[in-house]
Amino acid sequence: MANKIPRVPVREQDPKVRATNFEEVCYGYNLEEAQLEASRCLHCKNPRCVAHCPVSIRIPDFIEQITKGDIARAAEIISEDSLLASVCGRVCPQENQCEGSCILGVKGESVAIGKLERFVGDWSHANGAAKVNVAPRNGKRVAVIGSGPAGLACASDLAKAGCEVKIFEALHKAGGVLVYGIPEFRLPKDKIMAKEVEKVKALGVEIETDVIVGRTVTIDSLMDDEGYDAVFIGSGAGLPMFMGIPGENLNGVVSANEFLTRANLMHAYDPEYDTPIFKGGRTVVVGGGNVAMDAVRTAKRLGSDAFIVYRRSEEELPARKEEVHHAKEEGIEFRMLCNPLEILGDENGVVRSVKCIRMELGEPDDSGRRRPIPVEGSEFEIECDQVIMALGTSPNPLIASTTGGLETTRRGGIVADETGATTRKGVFAGGDAVTGAATVILAMGAGRGAAKAILEYLGV
Amino acid sequence: MFKILEKRQLTRDITLMRIHAPRVAAAAKPGQFVILRVDEKGERIPLTIADYNPTEGTVTIVIQAIGASTKKLCVYAEGDSICDFAGPLGHPSEFVAEDPAALAGKRFLFVAGGVGAAPVYPQVKWLSERGIKADVIVGAKNAETLIMTDEMRAVAGNLYIATDDGSAGYKGLVTGLMSELIENEGKQYDQVVAIGPLIMMKFVTLTAGKYSLPIIVSMNPLMVDGTGMCGACRVTVDGKTRFACVEGPEFDGSKVDFDEAMRRSRQYRDLEERARKIAEERAAGHKCKIGLDK
Repeated sequence: MANKIPRVPVREQDPKVRATNFEEVCYGYNLEEAQLEASRCLHCKNPRCVAHCPVSIRIPDFIEQITKGDIARAAEIISEDSLLASVCGRVCPQENQCEGSCILGVKGESVAIGKLERFVGDWSHANGAAKVNVAPRNGKRVAVIGSGPAGLACASDLAKAGCEVKIFEALHKAGGVLVYGIPEFRLPKDKIMAKEVEKVKALGVEIETDVIVGRTVTIDSLMDDEGYDAVFIGSGAGLPMFMGIPGENLNGVVSANEFLTRANLMHAYDPEYDTPIFKGGRTVVVGGGNVAMDAVRTAKRLGSDAFIVYRRSEEELPARKEEVHHAKEEGIEFRMLCNPLEILGDENGVVRSVKCIRMELGEPDDSGRRRPIPVEGSEFEIECDQVIMALGTSPNPLIASTTGGLETTRRGGIVADETGATTRKGVFAGGDAVTGAATVILAMGAGRGAAKAILEYLGV
Repeated sequence: MFKILEKRQLTRDITLMRIHAPRVAAAAKPGQFVILRVDEKGERIPLTIADYNPTEGTVTIVIQAIGASTKKLCVYAEGDSICDFAGPLGHPSEFVAEDPAALAGKRFLFVAGGVGAAPVYPQVKWLSERGIKADVIVGAKNAETLIMTDEMRAVAGNLYIATDDGSAGYKGLVTGLMSELIENEGKQYDQVVAIGPLIMMKFVTLTAGKYSLPIIVSMNPLMVDGTGMCGACRVTVDGKTRFACVEGPEFDGSKVDFDEAMRRSRQYRDLEERARKIAEERAAGHKCKIGLDK
């Protein structure tokens, strides 16, 4: 029986070594390992993994091609539904999606679908991407705002259908959160991201950087003056949240967005670059999501003793299990059930410590997770030199506030129906800009859905 | 790439550059700023807009070479190109959206300190083009460090100069000249706008308060992206945290916590100082063996 084979372990950089460098943590499978792991798939008649994939990748089919050794065909199958295999194989929360529903996981370990997807994605980078058919130009022009996962996915599908597509990116580099947010050690920028972006450009998509829609141009000027027939907004959820506690504006308190942008987009860890960043000392990261893990592991690599402070227990950590596991291996300390009350500074206004209170878990709240309740009289201080707030992000209001007729929700998300259509004719939206911070794969799915709706709207 | 069409040395440390950036030039308004990057390894540097010409597609910036990155920029010559120039960022000055009828009778006093004369210029020019002649005080250490006085004179109602050592105009601080105008020369104003070093804006705000004049200041905190994404530019205004890049850069000066802003502006100074030293040592052919540049 195929399922007697244990899950094939993936080779990783030694935790002690990798905690001091920015090289990728996971080496991924080689062909032999991938084929062995692929052979574990039961090829279920009703594959639950496909149903739990936000973009419905035909998982058993591509896995079958791996067992046969036809990786090119496997790549073709994935590319029908996803163009970011190397990215999603690395950053998707597989344990809640495909792998979480794998029948093998009921009694043993699920198939390592993410690692197999990554293997196929990386193989096509090395061996030439699957050939994509691009329809002849249909004369329609679409502007895509943002070059993150939603924008790249939407632009690709539109270009394949023959539209002339231009992506407008506010920053100086394409990729959105994949470039400014996710660290090099989890998603290599030159080796992987740059190639993913090249793939999109190869479809004929143009990318103009340094254009801030809402400031440099507006949706109205794009449609009225530059002649775009439709617009897709994939501007993400870029606004960092703070706790609103005393001491948050002390020197040494930064948002995870700032810290990670300095490290990732601005290469602050590389001495060749001019960007300043805090190194060494002790760093407290507040939060328990993937961004918190990215920030704390980056701080560690920059020489800090790094801590996670999270108000619930380990069970409720919203981060991917793999990231939590990796963080622990690298020597990150987790201070669970503890919530900051105040940040204290020295006489120069520089962070000295975080005053926290212990928490205990009560009844489940709206999110279904047990509500943390402060334990009276349990205040204590954690000494540190830097505090990084990783509490989540909300959509940037810049576009909504400069575009007439575009409704937003109370939380700042752009109102869009299930196809991505907004309240403004010809304007579509998807990804974090609509939902608030979510995942790469959901954003990609929304981008693809919107592309379909845009093609219908344009009568293509 | 964005080409430097003109480069002019205004003082020893202050350089003017006119950059070809048609999209920014077409959208720019007084009070806004840009973020530029010199090369692939450079920082994102926020700089206020000193002038713009939508017809030519150019934007003028004025750079004071203080940090490693601004020094690197000032090495670039006319005809060279820099790799990024994004903007305009931030809100335009409040008066841009004001009712022209109400604006017509308004008496403005602009107070510019040092390189702050650069962002003041497009504001005074914009008003002048609409028939509103604003008074302007330009302050500097001495006559050698004064900038843009000729340009300013052409658009201002009255131009007053203050230097610390009296080598040009009034001898003393801009706040002293401000009091002089109001108390001894019978000048009356409805609105004061101050742009310059934080310490100067703090004291102009106090002086404006003394005469019960509304005061607007333009904050220039640390920034990374300039689009609201990083929060490095947090400023406390009226007890609330605001992001200067998207909610500013101009705020009611009487509500700004200047002491916090001054402290926050030092956040990376030590690190920048170290970066500058390393850059100098490298330029001199030194390779660090004890890992200081790691």
